[in-house]
This record gives sequence, C-alpha cells and structure tokens, in this order.
Amino acid sequence: MGAFDWFRSDRAKSEALASAWVVPEPTRCVQCGICSFYCPVGIDVRRHVWRGEPVKDSRCLTCGECVKRCPRGLLRFEKAGTMRRLSTRRGR
Amino acid sequence: MPLRHLLVGSGPASIAAAEAIRSRDLTAEITCIGAEPEGYYSRPGLAYYLAKEVPEGSLFPFTDHDTDALGITFVPGTVVSLDRAARTVTLESGRTLPYDRLLLATGSIANPVHVPGGDLDGVVKLDDLRDARDLARRAGRGKAAVVVGGGITALEIVEGLCSRHVDVHYLMRKRRYWGNVLSETESLLVEDGLRQRGVEIHYDTRLAEILGDRGKVTGVRTESGDTIHCDMVAVAIGVHPRVELANDAGLECARGVLVDEFLATSDPDIYAAGDIAEVFDPGTQRRSLEVLWSSAVAKGRIAGLNMASGPIHAYDGGAPLNVTRLAGFKLTIMGTVGGGEDSDLEGIVRGDSEAWRQAGEATMVESQAGDAHVRLALGTDTIVGGVVMGDQALSFPLQDLIGARADVGAVIERLKEPGAPIARIVDDFWTEWSARA
Ligand SMILES: Cc1cc2nc3c(=O)[nH]c(=O)nc-3n(C[C@H](O)[C@H](O)[C@H](O)COP(=O)(O)OP(=O)(O)OC[C@H]3O[C@@H](n4cnc5c(N)ncnc54)[C@H](O)[C@@H]3O)c2cc1C
Repeated sequence: MGAFDWFRSDRAKSEALASAWVVPEPTRCVQCGICSFYCPVGIDVRRHVWRGEPVKDSRCLTCGECVKRCPRGLLRFEKAGTMRRLSTRRGR
Repeated sequence: MPLRHLLVGSGPASIAAAEAIRSRDLTAEITCIGAEPEGYYSRPGLAYYLAKEVPEGSLFPFTDHDTDALGITFVPGTVVSLDRAARTVTLESGRTLPYDRLLLATGSIANPVHVPGGDLDGVVKLDDLRDARDLARRAGRGKAAVVVGGGITALEIVEGLCSRHVDVHYLMRKRRYWGNVLSETESLLVEDGLRQRGVEIHYDTRLAEILGDRGKVTGVRTESGDTIHCDMVAVAIGVHPRVELANDAGLECARGVLVDEFLATSDPDIYAAGDIAEVFDPGTQRRSLEVLWSSAVAKGRIAGLNMASGPIHAYDGGAPLNVTRLAGFKLTIMGTVGGGEDSDLEGIVRGDSEAWRQAGEATMVESQAGDAHVRLALGTDTIVGGVVMGDQALSFPLQDLIGARADVGAVIERLKEPGAPIARIVDDFWTEWSARA
C-alpha cells in the first residue's frame, strides 16, 4: 500500500483531522485548479501551492478531497508544524 | 522615474517575472502584453478540461483583484515588432509601448503536419484554450478521430477524446510509445492502458494523406495504403519556441532565444524566459530547451529578479521534473532518463525537457515495487534520473536525491544487482540521508 492509499483509510483520516494539514510540493504543480474546484469549503488550495505554503486555513476540514483529486499527487497530509514529507515507509 | 518593465506573453514565465519584479521594486511600472484575450491560465490544465475533470472557469489561477494587487497592467494584443534602438514594441493595432527592461516569454507552438490535406477543417492541435474548446466542440459519441504524434500531448488528446466517447485511432510510426524517454516496459504499460480504454493503436503506421470532402476531414490514408475513416485528425508531433519577434529584432537565436545563465539575451536590457529560452549551462557547457511549466515559473522568477536588480541571480536548471498522467498512470520523470530519437516526434514536445534525453552512459535498473514501476538511471555514485509510474510515494525521496545530486555510492552496487529491491534500498537510504541533512 502506498502512502496515498494509506491516507485514504478512515483511521488515517481521523488522525489527520486532529494533527495534520495539507502541504504541497510546488515544483510539481501546474495550477490546473482541480484542488480549488473540489474544495467543499471554497479554499483556494491552488494559491497556497503557488506560494509553497501549507493550507493553514481554519476552514480546512482536512477532508482529503484536494489530496485525492490532484492529478499529479503533489498534495499530502503532514503533521502540523513539521516541514518534512511523508516517508514511503508509512505505506508499508 | 519608475522603471518600465514590459512583459511579452501572459503565461507563467511572465506572471512569475511580474511577481519577482514587484518583490524588489514597489514603484516599477509592469505591463504584460498577451495575444490571448483570456490572459493567464493553466495551459497543462487544458488536458483536464478536455477530459471533463475541471470546468474552463477553474483554469484561471489569478482573479482581476490579484493582478490589481500586484500592480500589473494587462494589455491584450500581439506584439509584431521590437525596435531595440528606440526601446519600443509595436502591437498589431499599431500601438507602440516603451520599455526600460523587456521580457520575451512568448512560449511555444505546435509543429504543423506536412502531408496533403494538412489544412482541412478537422485537423486539430492542442496549444491553447481556443484549441481545447474546438476539440471539445468536435468531440462526441459516434465521432472518430485519428491521433498522430507522441509525448504527453498526443496522449492527453487521446484520453480527452476517449472521455468524450470518441472512437480513437492512435498511429505510431514504429512500435513503441515515447521511446527516447520511456523504457520498453514503461511504453508497454502505457500502450496496454490505452487499449484498455478502447483506443486502437496502429503500429508501424505513417500518415500519407488526410482525406476530405468539401474542405472537411473524412479520413486518412496511411503509407501502406489503408484508409481509416474519421471526423478529425489531431496532430501532436512536437512544438517549437516562438522566436520570430526576437529573431527579427536581431537577437541571437538558435532553436530558442539564446540566453546566458542570468537569462539575459544578447541585448542586456532584454531577457527571455519560459519555453522560448535556450539556456546556456556553464556547468555542462550545453544549451537546452525545456517546455515545462515549473521551469517556466523558475526562469520567469530569475529573469524578473535580474530585470529589477541587474544580472546577479543565476538560473540553475537542476534536475528537470514533470509529473503527468499517461493512460491512467501517474508518472514522474526526473533528471536524465533516456536518449536517442523518437520517430513520432520532431524535436521537443510539451511537458518535455531535453535534459531527460542526455542519459548517455548511465546504467538503467528497473523493478516493480507494489503498485509502482520504478526505474533509476545510475551514474558513478549518483542517481542521475528516475521514472516512477503508478504509486508516487517513492518519487518524493527520489526527487530529493536526484535534485541534490546525493552521493549514493554506498548503495549503488546493491541497486545494480539483478532483482534488487530498488524501492526499499532507495527509501532506506533516503531516510538516513534526510535525517543527516
Ligand atoms: C496541452 C498541454 C499540456 C501540457 N502539459 C504539461 C505538463 O504536463 N507539464 C509541464 O510541465 N508542462 C506542460 N505543458 C507546457 C507548459 O504549459 C508550458 O511549458 C508553459 O506554459 C510555458 O510557459 P511560457 O510562459 O513560456 O509560455 P506560454 O504559457 O506558452 O505563454 C506564452 C503566451 O505568449 C503569447 N504570445 C506569443 N507571441 C506573442 C506576441 N508576439 N505578442 C503577445 N503575446 C504573444 C501566447 O499567445 C501565449 O499566451 C503543457 C502545455 C500544453 C498546451
């Protein structure tokens, strides 16, 4: 199971809700807008990616819709406050 | 008097340049001239628009409010000439605009197909929003299309048309998809994926003529004499940088506009960025073209900083990267991974870097790891390139290691062993390496 599948599990989601935010890998983004289009609360996720910032918006439900929809897989959940990425180890 | 910055083109290179200029100079005048009335939008997003994954309105990253806040004036129009002595550009409308610093970021455009019938109504391409709308309008159940060419764009057209229930015939001149970037296994995975989507692949097939009736496409004839009936022929055989303006003004050009590592052209007041910039890398002593969104942004930023502050910031192309989706597989290509020619293509394609095809003596190793197919190009003690297809988890550590030219000498022999668990070795190495970094 890869890191992204790992996140899709319910347990991972509830853990993320408590402690994670969405972080981008901006070099992979082509600003297609799918993330912003599917955000249920209307956060402009794409703009966060352009600026290379995590989605710290208080409205973020950490629902994972943008993470799941991004056609380039550049959005990930990461523990709030850390800047490092998910290790592939998590997927094992 | 505030410095007057003029940006020709309204793509990501110009937008990134405008932001960089503004970050250094609050009073500068920044004017952006764009031939497309829609202004700045996500060109790669056109593929997702065509595949009905995102509506047209969502392709625009900036609102009018954003451009106002940045203090850019957008002038719709096409620049037809550049007078370097007078420091002005002239638009098709006759309007003349002065500059102190000029950025040329006119992007690239599809190569036309040179066969009889190439100008019939129904011969289509995918360069811009207008083309995407045109393709969407022509597509529909009961329609048939022939697609020629290769690289990412050909497949994005194929997949977009499939999503719109068009019967798609994909013509390949030889027996492999994107043979100068992908390995045989990777090509096969993509081709299988296309067949599963109902695409009919015609191998060893060259287009001889596009057939028409009353000016409209009705089919194609192949060099072997077969006829395929269709309503449209989509062409994606490569692109070329739009250098006419620079060339006519006497700036040094080859395939693109020649720029130094500061992205200055042969005229120190004129910079070039994005697809049109053919950059000299003093490290490799090579000039190269990239038709990549991320490179256009990176070059635009560097050009903008240098336009505002003088040539002090050098562009480091690093390990060019693209993530894309081919026949349903997510795919990341990093660094140098291939070489040679691809008979379906003329030169460079969109979402492509010439650096990818400079793998030279590198040793290739590849393996399947769970849901991912992983390939590494190994140099003496570095990973010089990588391709990850499917699950992308490993692509992030690889991006770090390739980008940093990390010394992987400690594990390189293990990576070369037949049947080596490549993904695990890389992941374990990266975990230790990143903890040290
Ligand atoms: C369908 C498609 C898929 C793509 N997929 C990918 C991908 O997966 N990954 C990736 O990294 N890249 C991809 N690209 C490439 C990427 O979009 C380009 O590399 C990037 O847009 C280049 O930016 P730019 O600023 O150099 O030029 P552009 O975005 O091409 O913008 C140039 C602008 O200048 C205008 N212009 C030209 N001449 C003049 C003139 N004389 N006067 C005024 N305006 C002028 C043009 O009309 C255009 O609007 C794709 C492109 C397309 C079309």
